[in-house]
Amino acid sequence: MRKIEAIKITKAVTELVRKASFFLRSDVLSALRKSYAAEKNAQAREILKAILDNAAYARKQKLAICQDTGLPVVFIEIGQEVAVRGDLKAAVNKGVGEGYKKYYLRDSIVSDPLNRIKSKFSACIMHMNIVKGSKIKLTLLPKGFGCENKSQLKMFKPTASIKEIKDFIVKVVRDAGADACPPYVIGVGIGGTADYAGFMAKKALLRKISSRNLKLENDLLREINKTGIGPMGLGGINTALAVHVQSYPTHIAGLPVSVNISCHALRSASVTL
Amino acid sequence: MKKINTPLDLNTIKSLKAGQEFFLSGTIYTARDQAHKRLTEAVNSGKALPIELRGAVIYYCGPTQTPKGRVIGSCGPTTSSRMDAFTPLLLTKGLKAMIGKGARSKEVRAAIKKHQGVYFVTYAGCGALLARCVKKSRVVAYGDLGPEAILELEVKDFPLIVAIDANGGSIYG
Repeated sequence: MRKIEAIKITKAVTELVRKASFFLRSDVLSALRKSYAAEKNAQAREILKAILDNAAYARKQKLAICQDTGLPVVFIEIGQEVAVRGDLKAAVNKGVGEGYKKYYLRDSIVSDPLNRIKSKFSACIMHMNIVKGSKIKLTLLPKGFGCENKSQLKMFKPTASIKEIKDFIVKVVRDAGADACPPYVIGVGIGGTADYAGFMAKKALLRKISSRNLKLENDLLREINKTGIGPMGLGGINTALAVHVQSYPTHIAGLPVSVNISCHALRSASVTL
Repeated sequence: MKKINTPLDLNTIKSLKAGQEFFLSGTIYTARDQAHKRLTEAVNSGKALPIELRGAVIYYCGPTQTPKGRVIGSCGPTTSSRMDAFTPLLLTKGLKAMIGKGARSKEVRAAIKKHQGVYFVTYAGCGALLARCVKKSRVVAYGDLGPEAILELEVKDFPLIVAIDANGGSIYG
């Protein structure tokens, strides 16, 4: 069985922190450029231009794209034929903590959600999955909370129509309004359980924009862009860059739908070891 | 684009209309969730405030750590509506302007009109770009809050859009 030292994982995670925080994803950049080219509203164009300039400046100056460097969410896919020498979770946490310190990012985590204790860097969120093979894939999604706060879950009746589900997703975006930094990428998880739908909605944000286009996704994108919220809520045709839907089998009694919104600063980076 | 400076006098504030864009120069203070909670507790218990609220401009912002050789790290606006519950009281204590992102509650809009203040938004999610407009930065209160401390910032040509004006006009309809 292949063996991998925990220190290698720590170093790889630290590097993902740098990549994700300073360099906007190329698919997000392309989508923003397309939006800018298509936008007619003068103020919206100006804001989209600032967003593109910001990404370029952050890259050049090695500054965080956004001051909200997020709650780090790490997706870990572990091949069933690889063994980690050392403590995997500790290695990931250490890599995140070291990266945030080294690159002067904001430590936005409180160690206790109720008494809001702010100590040194606390644990991040980890999603582990065992897969085939002998490799480990690490993906970091530093999730900003302006947009995370606008996430919603609804447990529909199994007899609900597609229209009801679409209306709910569009309403979540309307509820977010300008608060969560449009143009958004909308992650949707349909099916599974309440928690699994939430996981799928988050994971859908990792999918490359334009990599797949379901009719449902295109319809939703059209509906969302008809709301006219636009960049910073000042109007225009660009309220969302993409809608990504993931689905999974569910129970005969239910139909969970979870929506996870990402701001335009959708940051993530991956590495396979 | 037109330029305005702090302190913002009443005539300037009254002349601002929702949707207009300006460059702001002068002194502003960062304050977000926990700083608002503490300021409110101080007001309610009659304690002295760590900053002069009369005429102040508050920027809803918690920057990253400051990289070596820079004045400040990435420093864009955070969601203003989380401060809605605290804002009317601070306006009665002389707060004049706020900078953030997103819409405000009806109560805040009414309080802005009543106290002749103004609410601006700035480029959301553009914290790196906005760092260029900050010329000086120092912690003036609540340093223990880390990124939520109150900082005094000297800004030059900080880009703003008037979101809610002193007549109650709003870009959010």
